[in-house]
Amino acid sequence: MITSFILKALDRNIVIVVALLLAIAALVPALNLLTSPDHPLHVPTYIVSLFGKYFTYALLALALDLVWGFCGILSLGHAAFFALGGYAMGMYLMRQIGARGSYGNPLLPDFMVFLNWKELPWFWYGFDMFWFAALMAVLVPGLLAFVFGWFAFRSRVNGVYLSIITQAMTFALLLAFFRNDMGFGGNNGLTDFKDIMGYSIQSNGTRSALFAASAIALALSLIIASGIVRSKYGKILVGVRDAESRTRFLGYRVEHMKLFAFTVSAMMAGVAGALYVPQVGIINPGEFDPANSIEVVIWTAVGGRGTLIGPIVGAILVNGGKSIFTAAFPEFWLFALGGLFVLVTLFLPKGIVGTARHFIERRKEYRKAKADEAARAFAAEPQAAE
Amino acid sequence: MNTLASNAKPTSILYLDGVSVSFDGFKALNSLSFVIEPGELRAIIGPNGAGKTTMMDIITGKTRPDAGEVFFKGTIDLTQKDEAEIAQLGIGRKFQKPTVFESHTVWDNLELALNRNRGVFSTLFYRLTADDKARIEEILSTVRLANRRDDFAANLSHGQKQWLEIGMLLAQEPELLLVDEPVAGMTDAETAETAILLKEIARTRSVVVVEHDMGFIRDLGVKVTCLAEGSVLAEGSIDFVSADQRVIENYLGR
Ligand SMILES: Nc1ncnc2c1ncn2[C@@H]1O[C@H](COP(=O)(O)OP(=O)(O)O)[C@@H](O)[C@H]1O
Ligand SMILES: [Mg+2]
Repeated sequence: MITSFILKALDRNIVIVVALLLAIAALVPALNLLTSPDHPLHVPTYIVSLFGKYFTYALLALALDLVWGFCGILSLGHAAFFALGGYAMGMYLMRQIGARGSYGNPLLPDFMVFLNWKELPWFWYGFDMFWFAALMAVLVPGLLAFVFGWFAFRSRVNGVYLSIITQAMTFALLLAFFRNDMGFGGNNGLTDFKDIMGYSIQSNGTRSALFAASAIALALSLIIASGIVRSKYGKILVGVRDAESRTRFLGYRVEHMKLFAFTVSAMMAGVAGALYVPQVGIINPGEFDPANSIEVVIWTAVGGRGTLIGPIVGAILVNGGKSIFTAAFPEFWLFALGGLFVLVTLFLPKGIVGTARHFIERRKEYRKAKADEAARAFAAEPQAAE
Repeated sequence: MNTLASNAKPTSILYLDGVSVSFDGFKALNSLSFVIEPGELRAIIGPNGAGKTTMMDIITGKTRPDAGEVFFKGTIDLTQKDEAEIAQLGIGRKFQKPTVFESHTVWDNLELALNRNRGVFSTLFYRLTADDKARIEEILSTVRLANRRDDFAANLSHGQKQWLEIGMLLAQEPELLLVDEPVAGMTDAETAETAILLKEIARTRSVVVVEHDMGFIRDLGVKVTCLAEGSVLAEGSIDFVSADQRVIENYLGR
């Protein structure tokens, strides 16, 4: 059952990207750790961390593509699931600080001591254990998506209205996490992390490990997403996207179909967030900013909605561009991003990967037509000679 | 309220009695009543706006009636169920505008329509069995699309889309099939072919066809119900109905 699911997932393009990601996961850390800084092939640590971060963005875009590209749910709140996964990891990292904080309290993180709290709030229990935090990084976004989707899909909220309430969701979380009494560090969020699973978070080894983990998580999620969209369930998702009522009248429970995809997608976003936070060293309520979710939509559109690989390409390219651009003209980045979105919508509606695929298909068809024509001409010839 | 002999209910496949529904005060259906017997092929005619599509919306759970009874197989109250449940009970529906999954191949359209377990996890791990393959092949030839199996539905002609949709309904294996204007926009040859197809289909199940095309209705040669302004004007053979004075005034004469 599982094997056939995976086998179906692995079409040629997916295999290539997965192999590439796994090779990068092995090679880049090796070049960072095993070569000396003046070696021509040396990869500096800042590049390792930068691309590790891009991979988590790519995973977030992949998650969005599952619901937007294949089921037509334009979520403008996906960064919320990413941020929740990030907070779960951030809570673990805070508790790892232990007595090394400025106040030296062995149990309470600094911000709680500052707020004069005497006890650890109940929802911080268990976050001293890595496995627990990792589980929560997946379960909390999944649960939120499940509850949100349960109500939204059952009441048949669709299209723009659905997009608007996903924005409202992330905005509500933004406001909530800003409050000090929520117990998540308020405005400043969670930061000053020291180590993860006993290893210093700043060390080259840890950074390389996190980079590799991000690439591997992206590869695994790509296989899962591909298995989902290639299954019969995935075809039903596309059916829901293109002709929702037809799907209903065939006897499918559209709300269940959407709910599953939305929940799985939120869980992937949570994993992305959990990998992001140790690499950037901070999580704060700004991650819930509605604009962040909109950026994810742009990465996905640029790379190619509904292609799985496209959003990965889009996320890396746009963020690479952002890193270069903001270094040169920081104040113009948002204009550039908006302009890019308009250009892509107008001239590359299928995105980079979608357009490339389109051309390859066309070439194939053209060649096939040519070959058929030649075959026909060849078959006709002997008769002409008679 | 009871306008029908209630004794028809237990043996019927579809039973509508006194069904009314209004949209913003406009009565689309006005105490509509009729009965379809198991195995029957019934044609429904009537002017635009008579309420034919609305009637199908009510039977398939898309619209809830304000009043009246709708029963499937005598005992199942359809007004209490939603679209997916009604489809699973065995009622298939063809829309007025052909509605197929355009970005899927003809084959995939039929595969999705097959009457199999429709849960998330059973579809996630579904594998095409030899039985299912044979069934799809069979339907492909019934709806004359065997040579288009790998083409995207978007690339089919209008008439072929109509047939694909009928094929999807067959794959659903319904006991009752509701077909809304199947020959709208078809060529004469396609229309004649569709009449043959529907008669073939009706051999093993009950079918209700809504249609405007009188030639097509004659080809079918079955009992006809004429609707106007949300209720039944006349019912009987095509000759009987088309001789009815009120039918001529309301529909044929226009
Ligand atoms: N959802 C709706 N909202 C408002 N009016 C509707 C709705 N559905 C149907 N109607 C109206 O009900 C009447 C019957 O429509 P319909 O059942 O589509 O007729 P027919 O299929 O016989 O041409 C029309 O006047 C139509 O405008
Ligand atoms: Mg109609």
